[in-house]
Amino acid sequence: MSAIPANLKYLESHEWARAEADGTVTVGISDHAQNALGDLVFVEVPEVGAVLTKGAAAAVVESVKAASDVYTPVSGEVVATNDALKGSPELVNQDPYGEGWLFKIKPSNPAELDTLLDAAAYGKVVEAEH
Amino acid sequence: MAMHEPLIFTHSRAGRRAAGQYPREVEAKVPEHLRRKRPAALPEVSELQAVRHFTRLSQLNFSIDTHFYPLGSCTMKYNPRACNELAMLPGFLARHPLAPENLSQGFLACLYELQEMLKEVTGMKGVSLTPMAGAQGEFAGVAMIRAYHRARGDHERTEIIVPDAAHGTNPATATMCGCTVIEIPSLPNGDIDLDALKQALGPKTAGIMLTNPSTLGVFERNIREVARLVHEAGGLLYYDGANLNAILGKVRPGDMGFDVIHMNLHKTFSTPHGGGGPGSGAVGVGERLLPFLPVPIAAKEGERYRWLDERDLPQTIGRLSAFMGNAGVLLRAYVYMRMLGREGMHRVADFAALNANYLLARLRAEGFDAAYPERRASHEFIITLKRQAKELGVNAMDFAKRLLDYGFHAPTTYFPLLVPECLLIEPTETEAKEDLDAFVAAMVAIQREAEQDAAKVKGAPYTLPVRRLDDVRAAKQLDLAYVEPEQGA
Amino acid sequence: MPFIPHTEADVREMLATIGAPSIEALFEEIPAELRTRELTGIPPALNEMEIARLMHERAQQDGTPLNFIGAGAYDHHIPSAVWAIVTRGEFYSAYTPYQAEASQGTLQLLYEYQTMMTRLTGMQVSNASLYDGASALAEAALMAVRAHRRSKSARILVPATVNPTYRQVAHTITEGQRLSFDVVPYEPALGTFDPKRLAQYEGQDITAVVIQQPNFFGLFEDVDAITDWAHANGALVIAVVNPLSLALLKPPGEWGTKGVDIVVGDGQPLGVPLSSGGPYFGFMTTRMEHVRQMPGRIIGRTVDLDGKPGYTLTLQAREQHIRRSKATSNICTNQGLLVTAATIYMSIMGAEGLERVAATSQQQTTALVEALTRIPGVTLAFDGLRFHEAVLRLDRPVAPLLAALAERGIVGGYDLSRHYPELGHALLVCATEKRTDEDIARYAGALAELLKSA
Repeated sequence: MSAIPANLKYLESHEWARAEADGTVTVGISDHAQNALGDLVFVEVPEVGAVLTKGAAAAVVESVKAASDVYTPVSGEVVATNDALKGSPELVNQDPYGEGWLFKIKPSNPAELDTLLDAAAYGKVVEAEH
Repeated sequence: MAMHEPLIFTHSRAGRRAAGQYPREVEAKVPEHLRRKRPAALPEVSELQAVRHFTRLSQLNFSIDTHFYPLGSCTMKYNPRACNELAMLPGFLARHPLAPENLSQGFLACLYELQEMLKEVTGMKGVSLTPMAGAQGEFAGVAMIRAYHRARGDHERTEIIVPDAAHGTNPATATMCGCTVIEIPSLPNGDIDLDALKQALGPKTAGIMLTNPSTLGVFERNIREVARLVHEAGGLLYYDGANLNAILGKVRPGDMGFDVIHMNLHKTFSTPHGGGGPGSGAVGVGERLLPFLPVPIAAKEGERYRWLDERDLPQTIGRLSAFMGNAGVLLRAYVYMRMLGREGMHRVADFAALNANYLLARLRAEGFDAAYPERRASHEFIITLKRQAKELGVNAMDFAKRLLDYGFHAPTTYFPLLVPECLLIEPTETEAKEDLDAFVAAMVAIQREAEQDAAKVKGAPYTLPVRRLDDVRAAKQLDLAYVEPEQGA
Repeated sequence: MPFIPHTEADVREMLATIGAPSIEALFEEIPAELRTRELTGIPPALNEMEIARLMHERAQQDGTPLNFIGAGAYDHHIPSAVWAIVTRGEFYSAYTPYQAEASQGTLQLLYEYQTMMTRLTGMQVSNASLYDGASALAEAALMAVRAHRRSKSARILVPATVNPTYRQVAHTITEGQRLSFDVVPYEPALGTFDPKRLAQYEGQDITAVVIQQPNFFGLFEDVDAITDWAHANGALVIAVVNPLSLALLKPPGEWGTKGVDIVVGDGQPLGVPLSSGGPYFGFMTTRMEHVRQMPGRIIGRTVDLDGKPGYTLTLQAREQHIRRSKATSNICTNQGLLVTAATIYMSIMGAEGLERVAATSQQQTTALVEALTRIPGVTLAFDGLRFHEAVLRLDRPVAPLLAALAERGIVGGYDLSRHYPELGHALLVCATEKRTDEDIARYAGALAELLKSA
């Protein structure tokens, strides 16, 4: 059973989003996603300063058997990226909701967060895929 | 079988050379600021050392000449030696591609006749031999479809419909041509979902890319309906000829309603796979697309042959290669087709289907699960090891690796993506019954091993130059070129 | 029927196992109306003896004339050992090395090839081949657009001294994607590209600049100045090179202050025969930072379960069979067998052998130019320093002369009038190490005769 923390929001495409105290949103991929991909060999993060629209491809996670796009759950400007992933892409596998975060984005429209799936709804998505 | 051979660089010694191969020494005239200061660190070995090294490397390979190679969708049939020898006759080998036409009549005659034979077996009206591989042929096909619509003033048609079972080159090609890919599902029985197709068709449809028999190894029974629907919507039909071996001489893509097809000469027409290439992806077209064919094309006028180029086909999509494609590969295909002849061309599919259906029947009788048990195999079929993966923890990859120990190259694994834990098996028509039986025996033995000692199968192969390789490390710690160890290290 | 091993007994037994009454029944799923009747357009079968006879006749029909032509394909000597090994069944009839354990021969050879190409071009990483030099240029342009994050224009500057057919192919292949090629004129008196012509593009958003060295006319370009201008202007640099010339010339990895970004070309001069136009192979090398944008297969070294070194296809996630519509390219099959030939050729010849071939070719071309320009009506168009090709001006149309020379068993050169009409009656000639002084004298004699009679 893959882990689905209750305090996060999710996309059907297996991204998670966490609203931080400073107003930014941290984005990563779910435990289910990292398991399906297998050992990650490379992560391509967006450039700091990039302005993205909700649903746009923001990053790429690459394993031996797949290279998948990671879509941004909200529109806004990228304010930080996880540099540790350069040397250690496996952090995403080991700790997908913590050390394995991909990027932080300053949302231009915070209301978009409310349109995301909650843990229960995402749990159903994962169940349907099995 | 040789088991290990060090890198050629480790055989190098400063000053060692194959002097018999060098022209006399002369001084080059290069301005100082453009001159190479240090020679490239290429090997310094004797001719014997080079010969021994590469001969030993060859002995580390499986090949059609040494092993049964039932790779689905690759058509690993025998590569006749005559094709190689005759394509490499001095007159063809030493000929420069830009030699004047009066010194190219023999060569052009072969190419012209090859074009004519390919038109005949595919039911198309024109052929260009220039694409250098299937993927380039696909590119030419989609580019011609786009050119056709634009020439009619229709710039809206930018969508290419692709079944989800398609080979990866199909959607990749559509993107390269600036089109959007619309994927439609296949039904559980392997046919295209006609309702999904109807929904996907519209004024933005440029065309559809199909393989028939499909990558699922079954014949698309609704093909005429598909053709009618697509044409009615204003789109064109592209045929991926990767599976032509299944229907050669039985049914022609042109008669099925296709407007453009690419052929893989390195599959159906037996030119060598060479460890990854070269191939040839000749394209054939119906009437509508004739003006757009890539150039150059061989033509016959009276008793003389000549090249057609942009001046003869002003609407051509252009050139795909610096010269006229993989000429040597074309000559090999020509020799093969002449040796098959009219009667032979009809019978390739007979024996390809016979071998595939026999192998399928024997494997099913031994308890293996076919992905489409109610369907006839075309020239290939799919076995799914989903049950073994679930019950024994032994999957398609494990079976494939253990087959190597039994002296068989594994079938295609994990393609098409739709069938879990699949083996796509294509024996081809050049394999003898006993070799098929031996393959079945190996599969049965591995199944038994999987039941009794799963770990053994999962650890395979054991008898090859290397055990299973660490793919993750290969991608994470990139070592893509040899770096000499430091001096004194 | 050739190549089919089945006896009648085999067929009977197999049909019984399948449970089908006949082979015909295996095709019952194909609608009857679609079934083909006899393929009357295919001639009856020939046995090997008969087809051999036909092919010998056709090959002899074209003869083996003396080649004084290059223009992208070069007539060099190939040691016999090269193709003796290349045509071994274990290389010839092997497939793409997807099952790495069963393909270590091919994979290790490709790793050695990649290593040699990085060393020859002065770059850090190579792929395992593309189709040919022309399509490699197209792929390089597409790669530059992908790799250059900051540039949005997708504009590529291409001097007119880059092979015209390569430019045509690059256009055909990139047509569907939003790329544009700006052709920049060369200096008509010199036959080379003047970097000062780039000034008009200063400050504009240029994605990449292409440089061919030697250029299509065989002349040396000012590669350092062009490279530095491009980088100063925020553009990537794509080098198109003759790999044999790199035995004499500074490699692209050392051009300008930083070296170029992508190197492509055709590997045919390295052990691949002219063979009427192909198969050849395209090569591509680049900087490590761009490796994930590089199309084509790449071989990596790793270890197996026992810690033993082994070779495998890597970074496959970028390729069509995994990434599908988002792949770096649609390329699948490449030119593996020709890469095998080039690797063996480079191993036998080594750097010194390549240097000798290159220097001798340059010298023989000089001798050819001297012999031909002694004939009234023949002048050298550009007297700059060159590799092994030269442009000659004639006092009359080139095409009929070439046809007449062909009758005398001489392929005299490449007619430039179609792609470079501003040069007038111009001919691109080439002499490699295979052309002896006697060959040159024969050509000069024939041309002198033809020019006298008119």
